[in-house]
Amino acid sequence: MAPPPAPVADASRCTRPPPDMRTAIALPFAWLIVFFLLPFALVMTIALGTNAPDAAPPVALGLSLDNFKLLFTDDLYVAAWLNSLRIAATSTMVTLLLGYPMAYAIARAAPERRPLLLTLVVLPFWTSFLIRVYAWMGLLAENGILNQFLRWTGLVPHPGTILGTEWAVHIGIVYAYLPFMVLPLYAALEKLDWGLLEAAADLGARPTVAFLTVTLPLSLPGIVAGCLLVFIPAVGEFVIPDLLGGTGTLMIGKVLWDEFFTNGDWPLASAVAICLLVLLVGPIALFQRQQARSLERRP
Amino acid sequence: MRSQARFAFTLLCFGYAFLYVPIVLVMAYSFNASRLVTVWAGFSLHWWRALFHNDAMLSAAWLSLRIALVSATCSTVLGLAAGYALARAPAFLGRTLFGSLVIAPMVMPEVVMGISMLLLFVGAERFLGGPDRGFLTIVIAHTTFSLSFVAIVVQARLADFDRSLEEAAMDLGATPWATFRTVTLPLIAPALGSGWLLAFTLSLDDLIMTQFVAGADTQTLPMRVYSSVRLGVDPQVNVLATLVVIVAATALVVSGRLTRRR
Repeated sequence: MAPPPAPVADASRCTRPPPDMRTAIALPFAWLIVFFLLPFALVMTIALGTNAPDAAPPVALGLSLDNFKLLFTDDLYVAAWLNSLRIAATSTMVTLLLGYPMAYAIARAAPERRPLLLTLVVLPFWTSFLIRVYAWMGLLAENGILNQFLRWTGLVPHPGTILGTEWAVHIGIVYAYLPFMVLPLYAALEKLDWGLLEAAADLGARPTVAFLTVTLPLSLPGIVAGCLLVFIPAVGEFVIPDLLGGTGTLMIGKVLWDEFFTNGDWPLASAVAICLLVLLVGPIALFQRQQARSLERRP
Repeated sequence: MRSQARFAFTLLCFGYAFLYVPIVLVMAYSFNASRLVTVWAGFSLHWWRALFHNDAMLSAAWLSLRIALVSATCSTVLGLAAGYALARAPAFLGRTLFGSLVIAPMVMPEVVMGISMLLLFVGAERFLGGPDRGFLTIVIAHTTFSLSFVAIVVQARLADFDRSLEEAAMDLGATPWATFRTVTLPLIAPALGSGWLLAFTLSLDDLIMTQFVAGADTQTLPMRVYSSVRLGVDPQVNVLATLVVIVAATALVVSGRLTRRR
């Protein structure tokens, strides 16, 4: 379809965007309002209703806060919240501790080798999340490859089962989200002026001091972006605790899923979604601010 | 400084081992004769044959491919518009909200987006009489979250390149639309291509949102894989994993070659 005739290029620097630009804004804006923003209002509405197992959909609309009260008073839900935050936080830390040296090594490698090294980090991301989590099931099972290996080496004659524990969930999160940590860290470290480190060394700073006072602060935007990219989805993670965590590991994403698909309690599941959203609104806003700033800072 | 670099390099190798050992093992065990994924019982192509005769798995894969094609194309169009607007539009009312809405789906927990989209579709069914849950609702859900990724890629590319090229075209009398078509679009074509591939991959792999909005009769490949994997390890999934890794690696190598040649 032909666009409407556009005004002369340098008409004026008005705040009203030109017609072509208006289409470019309106189309995705409308889409996101209808399919992303509006549904949250629906979730809130349903969360205030009550479960009606015989109706279709199984909801009786209302204005009750009972679902939210239940979430804050029932030990099971409270434990699920705290577990999710704790597991997400510790796995994010571990991912950072592993991802930082990796990004650092890639950024300091010879320029012609960097594309290959980066591709090796990104490749798992282009395969399947589900299959990568599945890969650990065979590794960590009771008679799995890891335990067979441990027995074979004789170092641990009677290894316990990792599958079905929080350990497995941690491993799964670190494994699945490692590329999300390395990429923003690399982007920050790549821009770093290594001459600054030489200057610090010339002025007598020991390598550790130079790292702590120069490299680390300058890569802070990458650290924040990477941590948020791991932490936010990890809090609401479902596949990893479901396949690797077993019944013993309570996480809030799994609670939401079970309330919805197993118990058919749509209002309670909606209330969980609202709480999850409120909990993550701070980190998400932080991530957005940083994303916007890093794009504007480009030349 | 040297010892730091050596330490980092050692951890880099460890990181690669961590990333690849599980994948390689999954691929190796797709050639295992035993049904038990953990016990090696000799080389066999049994599970490869089984997968290619597994009609449920094949039709799920075909459905997933069709969904991914359509939703990747929709999200590329919408993501291009959004990324272009974010990079080039002058300040306008609602700019902050728009920016937030574009970025939020990237990090929003999928269970939250899943339930919210399902409620939207249930409401639409109730009050507008449709659409039926299935192909269309899955495409809409996938488009909504992958358009963000395309928008970010496009915006980053636009922020990188020289704006004076566009200004020159306009000074020479090209309309904004002609400028976009003949100058901007060719310059960001590689970004669009990788955005499309990203959206395609995300769609092909999505389980959670799909499970929420799919309706009763629709089963995509990840749904199929998930329901068989829940019951324990399944050698046919190992075969599928091997295929996925081969395709992804080939695509990455080819696209790497193409961009380097440019």
